[in-house]
Amino acid sequence: MVKFLIASVTALAALIGVAGPAQAAGGGDVKLVSGEWSFAGPFGYFDKGAMQRGFQVYREVCAGCHGVEYLAFRNLADLGYNDAEIKAIAAEYEVMDGPDDDGEMFMRAARPADLIPSPYRNDNEARANNNGALPPDLSLITKARANGADYLYSLLLGYEDAPASTEVPDGMYYNNAYSGHLIAMPQPIYGDDVEYADGTPTTPESLAADVTHFLMWAAEPKMEVRKRIGVAAVFFLSIFLIMSYMAKRRVWAELH
Amino acid sequence: MSAEKFSNPVVRWIDHRLPVFSMLDHEKYDYPVPKNLNYFWNFGVLAGLALVIMIVTGIVLAMNYTAHVDHAFSSVERIMRDVNHGWLIRYIHMNAASFFFIVVYIHIFRGLYYGSYKAPRELLWMLGVVIFLLMMATAFMGYVLPWGQMSFWGATVITNLFSAIPIVGESIVTFLWGGFSVDNPTLNRFFSLHYLMPFVIAGVVVLHIVALHRFGSNNPIGIDAKGPQDTISFHPYYTIKDMVGIAMFLLLLAVAVFFFPNAMGHPDNYIPANPMQTPAHIVPEWYFLPFYAILRAVPDKLGGVLLMFAAIFVLFILPWLDRSPVRSARFRPVFRIFFWLLFIDCIALGYLGGKPAEGVYVVLSRIATVWYFLHFLVILPMLSVFETTKPLPKSISEPVLATAKGAA
Ligand code: HEC
Ligand code: HEM
Repeated sequence: MVKFLIASVTALAALIGVAGPAQAAGGGDVKLVSGEWSFAGPFGYFDKGAMQRGFQVYREVCAGCHGVEYLAFRNLADLGYNDAEIKAIAAEYEVMDGPDDDGEMFMRAARPADLIPSPYRNDNEARANNNGALPPDLSLITKARANGADYLYSLLLGYEDAPASTEVPDGMYYNNAYSGHLIAMPQPIYGDDVEYADGTPTTPESLAADVTHFLMWAAEPKMEVRKRIGVAAVFFLSIFLIMSYMAKRRVWAELH
Repeated sequence: MSAEKFSNPVVRWIDHRLPVFSMLDHEKYDYPVPKNLNYFWNFGVLAGLALVIMIVTGIVLAMNYTAHVDHAFSSVERIMRDVNHGWLIRYIHMNAASFFFIVVYIHIFRGLYYGSYKAPRELLWMLGVVIFLLMMATAFMGYVLPWGQMSFWGATVITNLFSAIPIVGESIVTFLWGGFSVDNPTLNRFFSLHYLMPFVIAGVVVLHIVALHRFGSNNPIGIDAKGPQDTISFHPYYTIKDMVGIAMFLLLLAVAVFFFPNAMGHPDNYIPANPMQTPAHIVPEWYFLPFYAILRAVPDKLGGVLLMFAAIFVLFILPWLDRSPVRSARFRPVFRIFFWLLFIDCIALGYLGGKPAEGVYVVLSRIATVWYFLHFLVILPMLSVFETTKPLPKSISEPVLATAKGAA
């Protein structure tokens, strides 16, 4: 019995282990650096300051090429913005609306309920503007890659000179975190690309970390509440388990 | 138990006309259960619980899901972001599916170890295998619904297997797809069937339980109960013991749902399906990996498909492959060794199914596949003849009394 149990647990661990490497497969010799994330672990939380700065990096650097199609302006409340600020941010964008009474589509300032507009109208326009490569939407990117946060962080910092043995074609760049190493995205972050609104000094690492933080939230905006409920659920169920076990012992003791 | 036994007049009135309370009472008190069941006998109830969780969360998801290639992926994201507690419902459904398979795999290995498939429980066992097949079909179709990259490519690879069938293969695939590729009609029919199948499973589970209650549970020493001294009533003894298992199950499920919700999934399924772009490695959900390994171990497509189905078919005929009259592995020293080898073999197949089909992995998959069939088709029949089993105890209560305290 005990042997069976130990074996089953080991097997389970092995199986879960199998799923892991199976997912990471494909990269080859990619290098990942890991950041220190406040959102890691069972008590993880999003750092509002980092998310606001990350949103700024997204807006001023990434948004030229990448959209975040599942985010609406109203979601920015999670970053610590108040209603007036969100209205103001939204008003800086234009979205298409309509048809009006004459049947015409028209442009108007965005409102908090609108989705954040993507830079291109469709994939074809996106490719046409990026040498044929498609910049993926970033709203789920940290969940769509193994080790999402660390991967994104490493990717943004992973640009380096190609080794002599590697030929880098026109319009491609060498990146040590990207699978296959040749990526069509030019290095987006150098360190002085953004002047933070809150005055925080910038380095390539801080810009990459902040935008990663923002995109982690974008992919999993319910993470904080999930972990909060999780701690309570695990606590409650542990008590339930202990009490059931004690009750079971009590009932079975009557047997003999 | 007659209706007069109930003190509540409403219950008595109903029971006189519709004896559901008598039936429940009968199961609770009059159904004798061997007194020596260990915690491995919890897993049937846990499988039932998992089925209920899947149905309840699934129905709620279906209220918010859109089965259309242009909207499926974003409707799931809406569930994750905008539906109240939608993320919770979806993560429970996702992770409980994996837990369902973990529980059922343990349930099956329990049966293999203690010989629960042997007479007179052959049909009980075979109904279990039917449930297992239905579960796999349901899970496969469910995985297609979010319409991510793995949904699409997994569906393409698996449905394409049927094209290996000579002559009619291509027509069957077209029929399954409802067109000439995995597309909107495929998604719609998969959604419809995915909603239907769990209720079919529930129906087969009822038959499974009817068959179980015909002869009652087997037990860790595998000999029949010889009288009242060997059995106890289901309630309160096994209800409370099942409660412990349920608490443990829910605890582990909560850890997965709240802290590692995507650990058992594939990141590529958060990329919307793209028929123009094949992922680097197409891998099915982890619970299919052993069968996927068998499929790919064979160089010939048709052969692979046949062997994969054969891997499940041997379970069907298992009661006639293992003819040893002794059920429990406790008294079968050689069988026990081979049981653990099979266990390791299945884990190995699972591991290999997740690896690319190249180089040493292919060789190992072949060895593991051969071993799997060797176990069922050669080793078990031979053991039935040549193995010297240990002497069986006279009755359940004897060994139980001998180790009175530690047993339960
Ligand atoms: C000049 C346009 C441009 C800018 C600015 C840009 N990207 Fe990209 N990005 C691309 C293109 C093009 C690709 C597709 C690369 C390919 O397919 O090889 C891409 C791909 C990516 C990928 C996917 C990599 C993978 O694993 O497939 C991520 C993540 C990413 N970009 C993040 C960012 C972030 C974060 C920023 C802002 C800091 C940013 N990008 C700024 C053009 C851009
Ligand atoms: C939805 C899935 C299933 C449900 C809800 C279910 C339910 C149950 C329940 C409640 C029991 C009694 C408790 C126990 O012995 O654990 C049981 C026993 C049994 N089940 Fe299942 N089962 C399922 C799947 C399977 C499968 C897939 C198999 C085998 C391929 C199987 C084979 C058996 C056998 C042989 C027994 C009798 C075990 C014994 O008495 O030793 N079941 N099942």
